[in-house]
Amino acid sequence: MELKGKNINFKYGFSKKWILKDLNISLKSGEIKGLIGDSGSGKSTLSKILSGYMEEKKFKGDITIDGLKPLKSGFNPVQLIFQHPEQTMNPKWKMKDILYESWDVTEDLIEEFGIQKSWLNRWPNELSGGELQRFAVLRALSPNTQFLIADEMTTMLDAVTQVQIWDLTIKITKQRNMGMLIVSHDKDLIDTICDDIVYLNDINNV
Amino acid sequence: MNKPVDTPKKKFHTSPLKLNLRTKTILIIVLTASMLVAIVINSLFIDVSTITTNFSSINLPPSFEHLFGTDWMGRDMFTRTLKGLGLSIMIGALASIISTVVAVILGLSSGMNKYLDSFVSWLVDLFSSIPHLLLIILISISLGGGVIGVIVGVGVSHWTTLTRVIRAEIKQINTSEYVHLSKNFGKSKWWIAKKHILPLILTQVVLGVILVFPHAIMHEASVTFLGFGLSPHEPAIGIILSESMKYLATGVWWLAFFPGVSLLIIVLLFDLVGDNLQKILDPTNAHE
Repeated sequence: MELKGKNINFKYGFSKKWILKDLNISLKSGEIKGLIGDSGSGKSTLSKILSGYMEEKKFKGDITIDGLKPLKSGFNPVQLIFQHPEQTMNPKWKMKDILYESWDVTEDLIEEFGIQKSWLNRWPNELSGGELQRFAVLRALSPNTQFLIADEMTTMLDAVTQVQIWDLTIKITKQRNMGMLIVSHDKDLIDTICDDIVYLNDINNV
Repeated sequence: MNKPVDTPKKKFHTSPLKLNLRTKTILIIVLTASMLVAIVINSLFIDVSTITTNFSSINLPPSFEHLFGTDWMGRDMFTRTLKGLGLSIMIGALASIISTVVAVILGLSSGMNKYLDSFVSWLVDLFSSIPHLLLIILISISLGGGVIGVIVGVGVSHWTTLTRVIRAEIKQINTSEYVHLSKNFGKSKWWIAKKHILPLILTQVVLGVILVFPHAIMHEASVTFLGFGLSPHEPAIGIILSESMKYLATGVWWLAFFPGVSLLIIVLLFDLVGDNLQKILDPTNAHE
C-alpha cells in the first residue's frame, strides 16, 4: 500500500504566505520515514492533512491510498499520534474506555507497553504524560491501521520511556508491515530509526 | 529552656466540627434539598378539609394555633401556604424539566451541522427578544389557562439561556482533539454526541434544571397573581397573594407577608442548592 500526498497547498485564512506549496510526499507499507523541518515549517499541518484531520476545503491537493481517496466514515487507516496525549483524551472518560474506543486491545500488548492494570480504572488527569502516551500509541495501533504518523510522539518523555515506546512501536509496525512517518525535531532520533529522511524545506516549494 | 521545640502548629483554619469545604457543601445541598422535598411531600398529604371555611375564626392574626394567621374565610394560612408551595415546586419542576429537555435537544442538534446551528441561534434570539412574562401569559391563555397552560408557558420560555450555554460548550468540545480522534476511529456523529459530548454537558444540564427552578416558580406565581395562570380555587401562592391584596388595606398584613416570605425562602433555597452543586460538579474535579 502507498499513502500519497500530491500537490498539497496550505495557507491560513486570508494570509498571503503559503505554509505548504505544491508539496509531494509518499509513504509505502513497511517504510519508516522521518520528516524534519524548522518550527513553523508545516510539519504538524502536513501530518494533520495526511491523516484526515484537516477539512478538505481548508487545503488544496489530493491524499490517496493506493490511488483511492480515503473514505470519510469508518476507521481511518491513517492514524495520527499527537505530542500532547492529555488533549486527545476525554477528561470524563476512564482510561479503559479511552483505550478500548479504538479497538479491542489484547492483554499481552497492554502488558508489553508497561500499562498497569490499575491505570485502566483511573481518569486521564491522574496519570503522567508518559503513562498517557503509552495509551495514545497503543490505541492507534489497531489492526486496521495501515499508516502511522507520529507527530513529535515522544518529545515530552524521558529517555528511558522514549526508547521503550519506540522499540515497541517499531516492532509492531514491522510485524504488521505498516508504514510510519515520524515527525520530529530530534535529528539523532530520526537518523537512528528511519530508513529515509525527508527535509520539509527541500520538498516544500515555498 | 527545655520546652519542646516542635509543638504542632495549627496551620489551617478548621471549623469546630472539622468539616472540610466539600463535606460542608454536600451537607448544605442535602439539607436544603431534603427541606424542599419535605415541603412537597407534606403538601401532598394535607387534607383539604383542614382548609375549608370556618367562619368562627376569620381574620385571626398569627398565633401558635394558626402560625400564619387565618384569612377572611377562616382558613388556616399556614396549611394553605404549604399546599401552595408544594404546588409551586411541582409546577416549577415540570416546567424546568421541559425547558431543559428543549435546551438539550436544541443544543445537541446545533452541534450537528451549520444550518441547524444558525436555525437554533435564530430561535434563541427570537424567544429571548420577547419578554418572558408576556410569552408565558400568551401561551397560558392560548392553552386555556390552568396548570397545563402555566407549565407549558414557563417550560417553553425558559430554555434560551441554557441552550446558549450548551451550544457554546458543544462547539468547544467539537473542536477538541479527542472528538477528531473519535471520528478517525470511525465513530458516527450520534455515537460521539452520546458518548463524548453528553457526559461533558451533563453538569450544565443538571445545574440548568436547578437554576431554572427559581425562575419558573417566580414566573408561575406572578402569572397566577396577574390572573392568567391557575384557577382561583387552587391554593397556589400566586392566588393567595392576589387575594390577600384586597385585604391588605384593612390591616390584615399576615395574609400577604408570610406566603410571600415563604416563596422568597423557597427560591433562595433553590439558588443555594444550585450554587453549591455547581461547586461540587465542576468538571475539573468531579471525581475527586
